[in-house]
Amino acid sequence: MSIPLPRGPRPAAPSPASTALTFAWRAVLKFRHVPEQLFDLVMTPIMFTLLFTFIFGGALAGSSTAYLQWFIPGILVQTTVFNTVYSGMGLSTDLSKGLFDRFRSLPIWSLAPFAGLMVGDMLRHSIAGAIILGIGLALGYRPEAGLTGILASFALLLAIGFGWGWIFIVLGLVVRTPMTVMTLGFAVLFPVTFASNIMVDPVTMPGWLQAFVAVNPVSLMTTAMRALMAGTATLGEIGLALLGPAILTALLAPLTLALYRRR
Amino acid sequence: MQDDLAIRARGLRRSFGDLRAVDGIDLDVPRGMIFAILGPNGAGKTTLLRMLATLTRPDAGTAQVMGHDLAEHPERVRAAIAMTGQFASLDEDLTGRENLVMLARLWGFGWRAAKARAGELLAAFDLAEAAKKQVKDYSGGMRRRLDIAASLIVTPGVLFLDEPTTGLDPSARAGVWRLIRGLSAEGVTILLTTQYLEEADQLAGRIAVIDHGRKIAEGTSRELKAQTGSGVLHVTPLDPGNRAIALGILGETAQADPEGARLSVPVTDDAEAAAHLARLSEAGIRLVEFSLGAPSLDEVFFALTGKEAA
Repeated sequence: MSIPLPRGPRPAAPSPASTALTFAWRAVLKFRHVPEQLFDLVMTPIMFTLLFTFIFGGALAGSSTAYLQWFIPGILVQTTVFNTVYSGMGLSTDLSKGLFDRFRSLPIWSLAPFAGLMVGDMLRHSIAGAIILGIGLALGYRPEAGLTGILASFALLLAIGFGWGWIFIVLGLVVRTPMTVMTLGFAVLFPVTFASNIMVDPVTMPGWLQAFVAVNPVSLMTTAMRALMAGTATLGEIGLALLGPAILTALLAPLTLALYRRR
Repeated sequence: MQDDLAIRARGLRRSFGDLRAVDGIDLDVPRGMIFAILGPNGAGKTTLLRMLATLTRPDAGTAQVMGHDLAEHPERVRAAIAMTGQFASLDEDLTGRENLVMLARLWGFGWRAAKARAGELLAAFDLAEAAKKQVKDYSGGMRRRLDIAASLIVTPGVLFLDEPTTGLDPSARAGVWRLIRGLSAEGVTILLTTQYLEEADQLAGRIAVIDHGRKIAEGTSRELKAQTGSGVLHVTPLDPGNRAIALGILGETAQADPEGARLSVPVTDDAEAAAHLARLSEAGIRLVEFSLGAPSLDEVFFALTGKEAA
Protein backbone atom coordinates (compact mmCIF):
# COMPACT_ATOMS: atom_id res chain seq x y z
CA MET A 1 0.00 0.00 0.00
CA SER A 2 1.44 3.36 -0.92
CA ILE A 3 0.27 6.38 0.97
CA PRO A 4 0.56 9.72 -0.78
CA LEU A 5 2.50 11.92 1.63
CA PRO A 6 3.24 15.32 0.13
CA ARG A 7 6.83 16.48 0.68
CA GLY A 8 6.53 20.01 -0.62
CA PRO A 9 5.72 23.09 1.45
CA ARG A 10 2.37 23.06 3.22
CA PRO A 11 -0.33 25.54 2.31
CA ALA A 12 -0.30 28.73 4.38
CA ALA A 13 -2.59 28.68 7.41
CA PRO A 14 -6.13 29.71 6.44
CA SER A 15 -7.51 33.13 7.40
CA PRO A 16 -10.15 33.28 10.15
CA ALA A 17 -12.71 34.18 7.47
CA SER A 18 -11.86 31.18 5.33
CA THR A 19 -11.97 28.95 8.42
CA ALA A 20 -15.39 30.28 9.39
CA LEU A 21 -16.56 29.70 5.81
CA THR A 22 -15.45 26.07 6.03
CA PHE A 23 -17.41 25.60 9.26
CA ALA A 24 -20.43 27.25 7.63
CA TRP A 25 -20.12 24.77 4.77
CA ARG A 26 -20.18 21.99 7.35
CA ALA A 27 -23.42 23.43 8.77
CA VAL A 28 -24.99 23.50 5.28
CA LEU A 29 -23.93 19.90 4.68
CA LYS A 30 -25.61 18.94 7.94
CA PHE A 31 -28.87 20.42 6.70
CA ARG A 32 -28.50 18.36 3.54
CA HIS A 33 -27.65 15.09 5.28
CA VAL A 34 -29.92 15.50 8.31
CA PRO A 35 -32.91 17.41 6.95
CA GLU A 36 -35.00 16.23 9.90
CA GLN A 37 -33.14 18.70 12.16
CA LEU A 38 -35.11 21.43 10.38
CA PHE A 39 -38.25 19.71 11.57
CA ASP A 40 -37.02 19.91 15.18
CA LEU A 41 -36.26 23.58 14.75
CA VAL A 42 -39.65 24.72 13.43
CA MET A 43 -42.15 22.10 14.60
CA THR A 44 -42.74 23.62 18.04
CA PRO A 45 -42.98 27.25 16.87
CA ILE A 46 -45.37 26.26 14.07
CA MET A 47 -47.56 24.42 16.58
CA PHE A 48 -47.44 27.40 18.93
CA THR A 49 -48.37 29.79 16.13
CA LEU A 50 -51.37 27.73 15.05
CA LEU A 51 -52.60 26.94 18.59
CA PHE A 52 -52.25 30.44 19.97
CA THR A 53 -53.62 32.16 16.89
CA PHE A 54 -56.72 30.04 16.40
CA ILE A 55 -57.49 28.87 19.94
CA PHE A 56 -56.51 31.81 22.15
CA GLY A 57 -56.13 34.54 19.52
CA GLY A 58 -59.77 35.57 19.40
CA ALA A 59 -60.09 35.67 23.18
CA LEU A 60 -56.80 37.49 23.68
CA ALA A 61 -56.90 40.08 20.91
CA GLY A 62 -60.46 40.11 19.58
CA SER A 63 -59.65 38.17 16.42
CA SER A 64 -57.12 35.69 15.12
CA THR A 65 -55.78 38.20 12.59
CA ALA A 66 -55.27 40.87 15.23
CA TYR A 67 -53.49 38.34 17.45
CA LEU A 68 -51.14 37.35 14.59
CA GLN A 69 -49.91 40.96 14.40
CA TRP A 70 -49.04 40.73 18.10
CA PHE A 71 -47.69 37.21 18.15
CA ILE A 72 -45.47 36.73 15.06
CA PRO A 73 -42.58 39.06 16.13
CA GLY A 74 -42.63 37.38 19.56
CA ILE A 75 -42.66 33.80 18.27
CA LEU A 76 -39.68 34.71 16.05
CA VAL A 77 -37.76 35.72 19.19
CA GLN A 78 -38.86 32.54 20.98
CA THR A 79 -37.86 30.35 18.01
CA THR A 80 -34.41 31.92 17.86
CA VAL A 81 -33.81 31.71 21.61
CA PHE A 82 -34.94 28.06 21.71
CA ASN A 83 -32.84 27.16 18.70
CA THR A 84 -29.66 28.34 20.44
CA VAL A 85 -30.06 25.18 22.55
CA TYR A 86 -29.25 23.11 19.47
CA SER A 87 -25.83 24.65 18.98
CA GLY A 88 -24.97 23.71 22.56
CA MET A 89 -26.17 20.17 21.86
CA GLY A 90 -24.13 20.06 18.66
CA LEU A 91 -21.06 21.26 20.52
CA SER A 92 -21.57 18.69 23.26
CA THR A 93 -21.85 15.97 20.58
CA ASP A 94 -18.66 17.13 18.85
CA LEU A 95 -16.83 17.16 22.17
CA SER A 96 -18.01 13.69 23.15
CA LYS A 97 -17.02 12.30 19.74
CA GLY A 98 -13.53 13.80 19.93
CA LEU A 99 -14.06 15.90 16.81
CA PHE A 100 -13.15 19.04 18.73
CA ASP A 101 -9.85 17.45 19.72
CA ARG A 102 -9.04 17.22 16.06
CA PHE A 103 -9.99 20.86 15.51
CA ARG A 104 -7.92 21.83 18.54
CA SER A 105 -4.85 19.99 17.33
CA LEU A 106 -4.99 21.93 14.03
CA PRO A 107 -2.88 25.07 13.80
CA ILE A 108 -5.94 27.34 13.41
CA TRP A 109 -7.28 30.33 15.34
CA SER A 110 -8.46 28.80 18.60
CA LEU A 111 -11.88 30.47 18.57
CA ALA A 112 -12.48 29.40 14.96
CA PRO A 113 -14.52 26.28 15.80
CA PHE A 114 -16.86 28.46 17.87
CA ALA A 115 -17.02 31.11 15.17
CA GLY A 116 -17.92 28.23 12.88
CA LEU A 117 -20.70 27.08 15.21
CA MET A 118 -22.00 30.65 15.27
CA VAL A 119 -22.04 30.91 11.49
CA GLY A 120 -23.99 27.66 11.36
CA ASP A 121 -26.36 29.05 13.99
CA MET A 122 -26.99 32.23 12.02
CA LEU A 123 -27.92 30.04 9.08
CA ARG A 124 -30.26 27.98 11.25
CA HIS A 125 -31.87 31.07 12.74
CA SER A 126 -32.40 32.58 9.28
CA ILE A 127 -33.97 29.43 7.86
CA ALA A 128 -36.21 28.79 10.89
CA GLY A 129 -37.19 32.49 11.03
CA ALA A 130 -38.03 32.53 7.32
CA ILE A 131 -40.25 29.47 7.68
CA ILE A 132 -42.14 30.93 10.65
CA LEU A 133 -42.50 34.31 8.96
CA GLY A 134 -43.69 32.58 5.78
CA ILE A 135 -46.42 30.76 7.72
CA GLY A 136 -47.35 34.02 9.45
CA LEU A 137 -47.65 35.80 6.11
CA ALA A 138 -49.75 32.97 4.72
CA LEU A 139 -52.10 33.21 7.72
CA GLY A 140 -52.50 36.96 7.22
CA TYR A 141 -49.68 38.62 9.17
CA ARG A 142 -48.75 41.96 7.58
CA PRO A 143 -45.70 43.89 8.92
CA GLU A 144 -46.48 47.61 8.56
CA ALA A 145 -42.88 48.47 7.64
CA GLY A 146 -42.90 45.88 4.84
CA LEU A 147 -39.66 44.40 3.55
CA THR A 148 -37.51 46.99 5.38
CA GLY A 149 -39.15 45.95 8.64
CA ILE A 150 -38.54 42.29 7.92
CA LEU A 151 -34.86 42.81 7.07
CA ALA A 152 -34.25 45.05 10.10
CA SER A 153 -36.03 42.68 12.47
CA PHE A 154 -34.11 39.68 11.09
CA ALA A 155 -30.84 41.53 11.67
CA LEU A 156 -31.91 42.01 15.30
CA LEU A 157 -32.94 38.35 15.45
CA LEU A 158 -29.43 37.26 14.40
CA ALA A 159 -27.88 39.53 17.04
CA ILE A 160 -30.17 37.93 19.64
CA GLY A 161 -29.21 34.47 18.45
CA PHE A 162 -25.53 35.38 18.58
CA GLY A 163 -25.72 36.67 22.16
CA TRP A 164 -27.88 33.86 23.56
CA GLY A 165 -25.84 31.28 21.70
CA TRP A 166 -22.96 31.79 24.17
CA ILE A 167 -25.10 30.47 27.05
CA PHE A 168 -25.40 27.11 25.40
CA ILE A 169 -21.85 27.04 24.09
CA VAL A 170 -20.70 27.41 27.69
CA LEU A 171 -23.21 24.74 28.81
CA GLY A 172 -22.04 22.52 25.96
CA LEU A 173 -18.46 22.85 27.21
CA VAL A 174 -19.37 22.13 30.84
CA VAL A 175 -22.15 19.55 30.61
CA ARG A 176 -21.25 16.03 29.61
CA THR A 177 -24.14 14.85 27.45
CA PRO A 178 -26.15 16.55 24.70
CA MET A 179 -29.44 15.42 26.31
CA THR A 180 -28.58 17.20 29.57
CA VAL A 181 -27.80 20.38 27.63
CA MET A 182 -31.28 20.19 26.10
CA THR A 183 -33.07 19.46 29.37
CA LEU A 184 -31.24 22.26 31.19
CA GLY A 185 -31.83 24.62 28.29
CA PHE A 186 -35.56 24.06 28.15
CA ALA A 187 -35.85 24.25 31.94
CA VAL A 188 -34.51 27.80 31.75
CA LEU A 189 -36.05 28.89 28.48
CA PHE A 190 -39.66 27.86 29.07
CA PRO A 191 -40.21 30.12 32.09
CA VAL A 192 -38.18 32.97 30.58
CA THR A 193 -40.14 32.97 27.32
CA PHE A 194 -43.58 32.48 28.91
CA ALA A 195 -43.02 35.12 31.60
CA SER A 196 -42.58 37.71 28.87
CA ASN A 197 -44.75 39.74 26.52
CA ILE A 198 -44.46 37.19 23.68
CA MET A 199 -47.91 35.56 24.07
CA VAL A 200 -49.93 38.12 25.96
CA ASP A 201 -49.89 41.73 27.05
CA PRO A 202 -48.65 41.59 30.66
CA VAL A 203 -51.29 44.09 32.01
CA THR A 204 -53.43 41.28 33.47
CA MET A 205 -50.48 39.61 35.26
CA PRO A 206 -49.92 40.10 39.03
CA GLY A 207 -47.69 43.08 39.87
CA TRP A 208 -44.61 41.10 40.89
CA LEU A 209 -44.71 39.18 37.63
CA GLN A 210 -45.23 42.39 35.62
CA ALA A 211 -42.10 43.77 37.26
CA PHE A 212 -40.17 40.71 36.05
CA VAL A 213 -41.70 40.78 32.57
CA ALA A 214 -40.75 44.44 32.19
CA VAL A 215 -37.04 43.73 32.68
CA ASN A 216 -36.99 40.25 31.10
CA PRO A 217 -34.53 40.50 28.18
CA VAL A 218 -36.94 38.36 26.12
CA SER A 219 -39.63 41.08 26.52
CA LEU A 220 -37.19 43.84 25.57
CA MET A 221 -36.20 41.93 22.46
CA THR A 222 -39.82 41.23 21.56
CA THR A 223 -40.80 44.89 21.98
CA ALA A 224 -38.02 45.95 19.63
CA MET A 225 -38.97 43.25 17.10
CA ARG A 226 -42.58 44.49 17.05
CA ALA A 227 -41.42 48.09 16.67
CA LEU A 228 -39.06 47.20 13.81
CA MET A 229 -41.80 45.28 11.98
CA ALA A 230 -44.16 48.22 12.52
CA GLY A 231 -41.55 50.81 11.49
CA THR A 232 -41.82 52.69 14.80
CA ALA A 233 -38.61 51.50 16.47
CA THR A 234 -36.65 54.01 18.54
CA LEU A 235 -32.92 53.79 19.18
CA GLY A 236 -33.76 53.29 22.86
CA GLU A 237 -35.87 50.21 22.14
CA ILE A 238 -33.21 48.69 19.93
CA GLY A 239 -30.50 49.51 22.46
CA LEU A 240 -32.43 47.80 25.27
CA ALA A 241 -33.01 44.75 23.08
CA LEU A 242 -29.31 44.50 22.29
CA LEU A 243 -28.25 45.00 25.90
CA GLY A 244 -28.83 41.34 26.88
CA PRO A 245 -26.97 39.83 23.91
CA ALA A 246 -24.12 42.36 24.34
CA ILE A 247 -23.68 41.58 28.04
CA LEU A 248 -23.86 37.83 27.37
CA THR A 249 -21.21 38.09 24.66
CA ALA A 250 -18.91 40.25 26.78
CA LEU A 251 -19.11 37.83 29.72
CA LEU A 252 -19.35 34.45 28.06
CA ALA A 253 -17.03 34.73 25.05
CA PRO A 254 -13.92 35.06 27.28
CA LEU A 255 -15.32 32.34 29.58
CA THR A 256 -15.76 30.05 26.55
CA LEU A 257 -12.14 30.57 25.58
CA ALA A 258 -10.93 29.96 29.14
CA LEU A 259 -13.01 26.76 29.50
CA TYR A 260 -11.86 25.54 26.10
CA ARG A 261 -8.19 26.14 26.83
CA ARG A 262 -8.46 24.57 30.29
CA ARG A 263 -9.67 21.21 28.99
CA MET B 1 18.90 20.31 21.27
CA GLN B 2 19.12 16.68 20.23
CA ASP B 3 18.09 16.67 16.63
CA ASP B 4 17.70 12.93 16.32
CA LEU B 5 14.81 12.87 18.79
CA ALA B 6 11.24 13.39 17.63
CA ILE B 7 10.01 13.56 21.22
CA ARG B 8 11.93 14.32 24.37
CA ALA B 9 9.88 14.43 27.58
CA ARG B 10 11.12 14.89 31.13
CA GLY B 11 9.11 14.40 34.29
CA LEU B 12 5.65 14.82 32.74
CA ARG B 13 2.93 14.83 35.35
CA ARG B 14 -0.82 15.31 35.26
CA SER B 15 -3.43 14.68 37.94
CA PHE B 16 -7.20 14.71 37.70
CA GLY B 17 -8.38 15.45 41.22
CA ASP B 18 -6.75 12.81 43.42
CA LEU B 19 -5.87 10.55 40.53
CA ARG B 20 -2.27 10.83 39.35
CA ALA B 21 -2.89 9.86 35.74
CA VAL B 22 0.69 10.48 34.66
CA ASP B 23 3.17 10.54 37.50
CA GLY B 24 6.56 11.63 36.22
CA ILE B 25 7.34 10.08 32.85
CA ASP B 26 10.52 10.56 30.78
CA LEU B 27 10.40 9.58 27.15
CA ASP B 28 12.91 9.72 24.28
CA VAL B 29 11.43 8.82 20.92
CA PRO B 30 13.97 8.73 18.07
CA ARG B 31 12.92 10.17 14.71
CA GLY B 32 11.51 7.73 12.21
CA MET B 33 10.70 5.03 14.78
CA ILE B 34 7.48 3.29 15.70
CA PHE B 35 7.37 3.64 19.47
CA ALA B 36 4.73 1.84 21.51
CA ILE B 37 3.38 2.73 24.92
CA LEU B 38 2.07 -0.48 26.39
CA GLY B 39 -0.16 -0.60 29.43
CA PRO B 40 -3.54 -1.69 30.80
CA ASN B 41 -6.67 0.46 30.82
CA GLY B 42 -6.24 3.47 33.06
CA ALA B 43 -2.44 3.31 33.10
CA GLY B 44 -2.20 6.90 31.83
CA LYS B 45 -1.42 6.16 28.17
CA THR B 46 -4.07 8.46 26.72
CA THR B 47 -3.24 11.32 29.09
CA LEU B 48 0.44 11.04 28.17
CA LEU B 49 -0.41 11.14 24.47
CA ARG B 50 -2.83 14.05 24.87
CA MET B 51 -0.20 16.07 26.73
CA LEU B 52 2.33 15.51 23.95
CA ALA B 53 -0.31 16.51 21.40
CA THR B 54 -1.04 19.81 23.25
CA LEU B 55 -4.59 18.70 24.11
CA THR B 56 -4.04 18.40 27.88
CA ARG B 57 -1.76 20.65 29.88
CA PRO B 58 0.90 18.97 32.02
CA ASP B 59 0.93 19.94 35.71
CA ALA B 60 4.71 19.61 35.67
CA GLY B 61 7.52 18.52 33.41
CA THR B 62 8.80 19.61 30.02
CA ALA B 63 8.71 18.17 26.54
CA GLN B 64 9.95 18.99 23.07
CA VAL B 65 8.15 17.60 20.06
CA MET B 66 10.07 17.81 16.76
CA GLY B 67 12.32 20.35 18.47
CA HIS B 68 9.47 22.63 19.63
CA ASP B 69 8.77 23.19 23.28
CA LEU B 70 5.32 22.08 24.36
CA ALA B 71 4.72 24.96 26.78
CA GLU B 72 6.40 27.76 24.82
CA HIS B 73 5.29 27.00 21.26
CA PRO B 74 2.22 24.77 21.34
CA GLU B 75 1.18 26.14 17.93
CA ARG B 76 4.47 24.97 16.39
CA VAL B 77 4.00 21.56 17.98
CA ARG B 78 0.49 21.42 16.53
CA ALA B 79 1.84 22.20 13.08
CA ALA B 80 4.33 19.31 13.35
CA ILE B 81 2.01 16.55 14.60
CA ALA B 82 -1.21 14.75 13.86
CA MET B 83 -3.32 12.89 16.39
CA THR B 84 -5.79 10.08 15.91
CA GLY B 85 -7.73 9.65 19.12
CA GLN B 86 -9.18 6.52 20.60
CA PHE B 87 -12.66 7.24 19.26
CA ALA B 88 -13.05 8.21 15.64
CA SER B 89 -12.84 11.99 15.65
CA LEU B 90 -15.00 12.48 12.60
CA ASP B 91 -18.30 14.14 11.81
CA GLU B 92 -20.65 11.17 11.61
CA ASP B 93 -23.30 13.08 9.66
CA LEU B 94 -20.91 14.00 6.86
CA THR B 95 -19.58 11.65 4.19
CA GLY B 96 -16.01 10.39 4.23
CA ARG B 97 -15.09 12.75 1.41
CA GLU B 98 -16.70 15.75 3.11
CA ASN B 99 -14.81 15.07 6.33
CA LEU B 100 -11.48 15.08 4.49
CA VAL B 101 -12.33 18.15 2.39
CA MET B 102 -13.33 20.04 5.54
CA LEU B 103 -10.05 19.19 7.29
CA ALA B 104 -7.98 20.00 4.18
CA ARG B 105 -9.71 23.40 4.06
CA LEU B 106 -8.83 23.92 7.74
CA TRP B 107 -5.20 23.15 6.90
CA GLY B 108 -5.32 25.99 4.37
CA PHE B 109 -5.95 24.17 1.09
CA GLY B 110 -8.13 25.94 -1.50
CA TRP B 111 -11.40 24.21 -2.41
CA ARG B 112 -9.99 22.57 -5.54
CA ALA B 113 -6.78 21.42 -3.83
CA ALA B 114 -8.76 20.19 -0.81
CA LYS B 115 -10.96 18.03 -3.04
CA ALA B 116 -7.94 16.64 -4.86
CA ARG B 117 -6.18 15.77 -1.57
CA ALA B 118 -9.34 14.11 -0.22
CA GLY B 119 -9.58 12.04 -3.42
CA GLU B 120 -5.95 10.89 -3.14
CA LEU B 121 -6.33 9.82 0.47
CA LEU B 122 -9.64 8.04 -0.11
CA ALA B 123 -8.07 6.04 -2.95
CA ALA B 124 -4.94 5.19 -0.95
CA PHE B 125 -6.96 4.07 2.07
CA ASP B 126 -9.28 1.92 0.00
CA LEU B 127 -12.27 4.13 0.78
CA ALA B 128 -13.03 5.45 -2.71
CA GLU B 129 -16.22 3.43 -2.97
CA ALA B 130 -17.48 4.61 0.43
CA ALA B 131 -16.50 8.23 -0.22
CA LYS B 132 -20.10 9.35 -0.62
CA LYS B 133 -21.50 7.42 2.33
CA GLN B 134 -22.12 9.08 5.66
CA VAL B 135 -19.51 8.08 8.23
CA LYS B 136 -22.21 6.76 10.57
CA ASP B 137 -22.73 3.92 8.05
CA TYR B 138 -19.02 2.93 8.04
CA SER B 139 -17.72 -0.27 9.61
CA GLY B 140 -15.23 -0.05 12.48
CA GLY B 141 -12.27 -0.75 10.20
CA MET B 142 -13.36 1.82 7.59
CA ARG B 143 -13.85 4.43 10.29
CA ARG B 144 -10.38 3.80 11.68
CA ARG B 145 -8.85 4.07 8.20
CA LEU B 146 -10.67 7.33 7.53
CA ASP B 147 -9.61 8.61 10.93
CA ILE B 148 -5.97 7.89 10.16
CA ALA B 149 -6.36 9.39 6.66
CA ALA B 150 -7.73 12.53 8.33
CA SER B 151 -4.44 12.79 10.25
CA LEU B 152 -2.43 12.70 7.01
CA ILE B 153 -3.86 15.69 5.13
CA VAL B 154 -0.37 17.17 5.43
CA THR B 155 2.64 15.01 6.23
CA PRO B 156 3.07 15.06 10.02
CA GLY B 157 6.47 14.83 11.67
CA VAL B 158 4.96 12.71 14.43
CA LEU B 159 1.73 10.75 14.23
CA PHE B 160 0.05 9.92 17.55
CA LEU B 161 -2.23 6.89 17.45
CA ASP B 162 -4.25 6.17 20.58
CA GLU B 163 -5.12 2.47 20.64
CA PRO B 164 -5.39 2.25 16.86
CA THR B 165 -6.78 -1.29 16.76
CA THR B 166 -8.92 -1.55 19.91
CA GLY B 167 -12.30 -2.94 18.96
CA LEU B 168 -11.29 -4.03 15.44
CA ASP B 169 -11.71 -7.53 14.05
CA PRO B 170 -8.51 -9.42 13.11
CA SER B 171 -8.58 -8.57 9.41
CA ALA B 172 -9.22 -4.87 10.05
CA ARG B 173 -6.43 -4.95 12.63
CA ALA B 174 -4.03 -6.44 10.08
CA GLY B 175 -5.03 -3.66 7.65
CA VAL B 176 -4.23 -0.95 10.21
CA TRP B 177 -0.90 -2.62 11.01
CA ARG B 178 0.02 -2.60 7.30
CA LEU B 179 -0.89 1.06 7.19
CA ILE B 180 1.27 1.91 10.21
CA ARG B 181 4.26 0.05 8.74
CA GLY B 182 3.74 1.84 5.40
CA LEU B 183 3.74 5.24 7.11
CA SER B 184 6.86 4.36 9.05
CA ALA B 185 8.57 3.30 5.83
CA GLU B 186 7.81 6.81 4.52
CA GLY B 187 9.73 8.26 7.46
CA VAL B 188 6.85 9.32 9.74
CA THR B 189 7.61 8.94 13.44
CA ILE B 190 4.77 7.08 15.12
CA LEU B 191 3.93 7.04 18.81
CA LEU B 192 1.12 4.60 19.52
CA THR B 193 -0.53 3.29 22.64
CA THR B 194 -1.79 -0.25 22.96
CA GLN B 195 -3.07 -2.79 25.45
CA TYR B 196 -1.84 -5.64 23.29
CA LEU B 197 1.64 -6.97 23.80
CA GLU B 198 1.46 -8.63 20.41
CA GLU B 199 0.74 -5.31 18.69
CA ALA B 200 3.71 -3.61 20.36
CA ASP B 201 5.87 -6.63 19.55
CA GLN B 202 4.81 -6.70 15.89
CA LEU B 203 5.11 -3.01 15.15
CA ALA B 204 7.35 -1.14 17.52
CA GLY B 205 11.09 -0.55 17.47
CA ARG B 206 10.90 0.37 21.16
CA ILE B 207 8.31 -0.24 23.82
CA ALA B 208 7.69 1.64 27.06
CA VAL B 209 5.56 -0.24 29.58
CA ILE B 210 3.56 2.03 31.85
CA ASP B 211 1.39 1.34 34.86
CA HIS B 212 -0.29 3.71 37.32
CA GLY B 213 1.17 6.71 35.52
CA ARG B 214 4.77 5.50 35.78
CA LYS B 215 7.11 3.91 33.31
CA ILE B 216 8.05 0.49 34.67
CA ALA B 217 10.17 -0.77 31.79
CA GLU B 218 11.47 0.30 28.44
CA GLY B 219 13.42 -1.35 25.70
CA THR B 220 13.22 -3.21 22.43
CA SER B 221 10.83 -6.11 22.24
CA ARG B 222 13.82 -8.46 22.60
CA GLU B 223 15.09 -6.69 25.71
CA LEU B 224 11.69 -6.81 27.37
CA LYS B 225 11.30 -10.48 26.57
CA ALA B 226 14.66 -11.16 28.15
CA GLN B 227 13.11 -9.81 31.35
CA THR B 228 9.73 -11.42 31.02
CA GLY B 229 10.42 -14.64 29.14
CA SER B 230 9.42 -14.97 25.52
CA GLY B 231 6.53 -17.26 26.20
CA VAL B 232 4.31 -18.80 28.79
CA LEU B 233 3.59 -22.43 29.53
CA HIS B 234 0.02 -23.06 30.67
CA VAL B 235 -0.83 -26.33 32.40
CA THR B 236 -4.04 -27.63 33.93
CA PRO B 237 -3.61 -30.57 36.41
CA LEU B 238 -6.13 -33.37 36.06
CA ASP B 239 -6.67 -33.42 39.83
CA PRO B 240 -7.32 -29.88 41.12
CA GLY B 241 -5.96 -31.03 44.47
CA ASN B 242 -2.49 -31.20 42.87
CA ARG B 243 -2.43 -27.50 42.01
CA ALA B 244 -0.33 -26.44 44.99
CA ILE B 245 2.22 -29.21 44.43
CA ALA B 246 2.45 -28.38 40.73
CA LEU B 247 2.91 -24.70 41.52
CA GLY B 248 5.85 -25.63 43.76
CA ILE B 249 7.43 -27.74 41.03
CA LEU B 250 7.11 -24.96 38.44
CA GLY B 251 9.00 -22.53 40.64
CA GLU B 252 8.71 -19.00 42.00
CA THR B 253 7.73 -17.36 38.73
CA ALA B 254 4.65 -19.55 38.33
CA GLN B 255 1.19 -18.08 38.80
CA ALA B 256 -2.16 -19.70 39.47
CA ASP B 257 -5.12 -18.48 37.46
CA PRO B 258 -7.48 -16.82 39.97
CA GLU B 259 -10.41 -18.67 38.41
CA GLY B 260 -10.16 -22.22 37.18
CA ALA B 261 -7.37 -24.66 37.64
CA ARG B 262 -4.83 -23.32 35.15
CA LEU B 263 -1.22 -22.55 36.11
CA SER B 264 1.17 -20.41 34.08
CA VAL B 265 4.92 -20.06 34.12
CA PRO B 266 7.12 -17.86 31.91
CA VAL B 267 9.64 -19.79 29.82
CA THR B 268 12.41 -18.65 27.48
CA ASP B 269 11.99 -21.44 24.93
CA ASP B 270 10.36 -24.78 24.12
CA ALA B 271 13.17 -26.74 25.80
CA GLU B 272 12.48 -25.06 29.13
CA ALA B 273 8.77 -25.78 28.67
CA ALA B 274 9.54 -29.45 27.98
CA ALA B 275 11.70 -29.61 31.11
CA HIS B 276 8.80 -28.29 33.22
CA LEU B 277 6.45 -30.87 31.72
CA ALA B 278 8.97 -33.65 32.39
CA ARG B 279 9.30 -32.66 36.05
CA LEU B 280 5.51 -32.61 36.50
CA SER B 281 5.31 -36.03 34.92
CA GLU B 282 8.05 -37.40 37.20
CA ALA B 283 6.09 -36.14 40.22
CA GLY B 284 3.10 -38.11 38.95
CA ILE B 285 0.97 -35.06 38.19
CA ARG B 286 -1.27 -35.84 35.22
CA LEU B 287 -2.40 -32.93 33.06
CA VAL B 288 -5.66 -32.45 31.17
CA GLU B 289 -4.26 -29.60 29.10
CA PHE B 290 -1.00 -27.84 28.38
CA SER B 291 -0.04 -25.13 25.92
CA LEU B 292 2.82 -22.80 25.07
CA GLY B 293 1.86 -19.24 24.19
CA ALA B 294 3.05 -15.65 24.06
CA PRO B 295 2.82 -13.98 27.45
CA SER B 296 -0.30 -11.90 27.96
CA LEU B 297 -0.09 -8.33 29.15
CA ASP B 298 -1.00 -9.59 32.62
CA GLU B 299 1.91 -11.99 32.61
CA VAL B 300 4.34 -9.31 31.41
CA PHE B 301 3.15 -7.12 34.24
CA PHE B 302 3.56 -9.92 36.70
CA ALA B 303 7.09 -10.56 35.48
CA LEU B 304 7.99 -6.84 35.59
CA THR B 305 6.29 -5.79 38.80
CA GLY B 306 5.50 -8.99 40.64
CA LYS B 307 1.85 -7.98 40.86
CA GLU B 308 -1.25 -8.21 38.74
CA ALA B 309 -1.96 -5.51 36.16
CA ALA B 310 -4.34 -2.85 37.45
